[in-house]
Amino acid sequence: MNLLGLVFVLLFAGLMAGFSFLHRKRTMPNLREIPSFSRLRNAIDLAVEDGSRLHLSLGHADITGAQSAAGLVGLSMLRRISLVAADSDQPPVVTAGDGTLALLAQDTLRNAHITLGSLSDYSNTMGRVAGVTPFSYAAGTISLIRDEGVSANLLIGSFGHEIALITTAGERSQVLSLAGTDTLTAQAVAYATAHEQLIGEELFAGGAYVGAGPMHTASLHAQDVIRWLLITAILLSALVQLVNSF
Amino acid sequence: MKINIKSPISVSVAMIAGGIVLLGYFFPMDSIPALNALYNAITTTAMLLAAVALLLGIFNLLSVHLGKVSEASNTAVYSLFLVGALLTTFGATLYYKPDGFFPSWLFEYVQIPIETSLMAVLTVSLISASMRVLNQRITIFSMLFLFSATGALLSIGPVFGFNLPIIGKLLDPVASGGARGILLGVALGTIATGLRILMGSDRPYGE
Repeated sequence: MNLLGLVFVLLFAGLMAGFSFLHRKRTMPNLREIPSFSRLRNAIDLAVEDGSRLHLSLGHADITGAQSAAGLVGLSMLRRISLVAADSDQPPVVTAGDGTLALLAQDTLRNAHITLGSLSDYSNTMGRVAGVTPFSYAAGTISLIRDEGVSANLLIGSFGHEIALITTAGERSQVLSLAGTDTLTAQAVAYATAHEQLIGEELFAGGAYVGAGPMHTASLHAQDVIRWLLITAILLSALVQLVNSF
Repeated sequence: MKINIKSPISVSVAMIAGGIVLLGYFFPMDSIPALNALYNAITTTAMLLAAVALLLGIFNLLSVHLGKVSEASNTAVYSLFLVGALLTTFGATLYYKPDGFFPSWLFEYVQIPIETSLMAVLTVSLISASMRVLNQRITIFSMLFLFSATGALLSIGPVFGFNLPIIGKLLDPVASGGARGILLGVALGTIATGLRILMGSDRPYGE
């Protein structure tokens, strides 16, 4: 029985619930400034004003796999973005490399249109599968960026090094590319090729920064506490090993 | 008053199914046969649903490109080619089975060469991007990034016949330490995302 793992998860969940309760009345969460999210807010406002289209790319992770969390963060952000941008002249378009992610994106966009009372403007082609292998997904996304009047690319999901093909297409079309992913390779590639990058856990903070709900902010605070606990544990174990080596 | 009964049901299903699968990581399921059967049923159903969703996704891809063909847009020729290739591959795989001669031939002599050529394009894109980093964003972090990338390249193979293992020895602790730090953040974010869904605060499965 993996008791330590269970305690870790329960502690994490307890901290999230605790912070959520403590900050339940706070309207403006106290978060550090991440420039990428400021540019994202500007890009959303600009897309609504000039009637251009936002493109959100959810990556190609299988929803049943370990890398699905990045795509789920993308869906949380899509929910907020679509509530702001869905009633513009060109509503957002979402691409995914996995059938389940595409269906969830369609459901999210449909709900946003229902909330805004514009269900007649909704189409299932707003959430689509661009390709089912990493490179076919990149190829399908490139043609969308080039042909469908996209003004900003948000790449929030699980990608590999093929992310460079998508961000380079954005660069050629002179549209903003913001990339956040969970793999080290894609983060390094995005650092060189995207206009804005989300490194490490910044991707998972996306929900809190776009106002997806108090639990997103609470989970950030819980992550901070757990991170410091882990740092302390790593330093202590290194110290013990050092002492033992003498 | 409009009551949304879909939401509590979907939240309950997600929380219970997620909770049981999570328990499977901490307790030996074999010792509790009823729970083990439930665990297997949930994971098998999830995989089946994912496969059906993939099929629906491919139909969605087909409908998007059929729409472009019917609109006779600028890219209709590409879409027509995609539809033709998709239907040919799909039909051939159904007829000959996935390990049959024709599907294997398509995979080996069409898909792999195309993806390899995209890999070659990727290499050029990355070289061009690294030049752009130098031209457009000279910050302490971009310099550090390029220094690390150059160091890693020099340490993985001989340079004009000379091996430079010292660079790898100097850079490895720093690079692997940084990578572990980033992965730790990603892992914590992943756990937080999973817990938000288990607690019912995030509902990617609709309202």
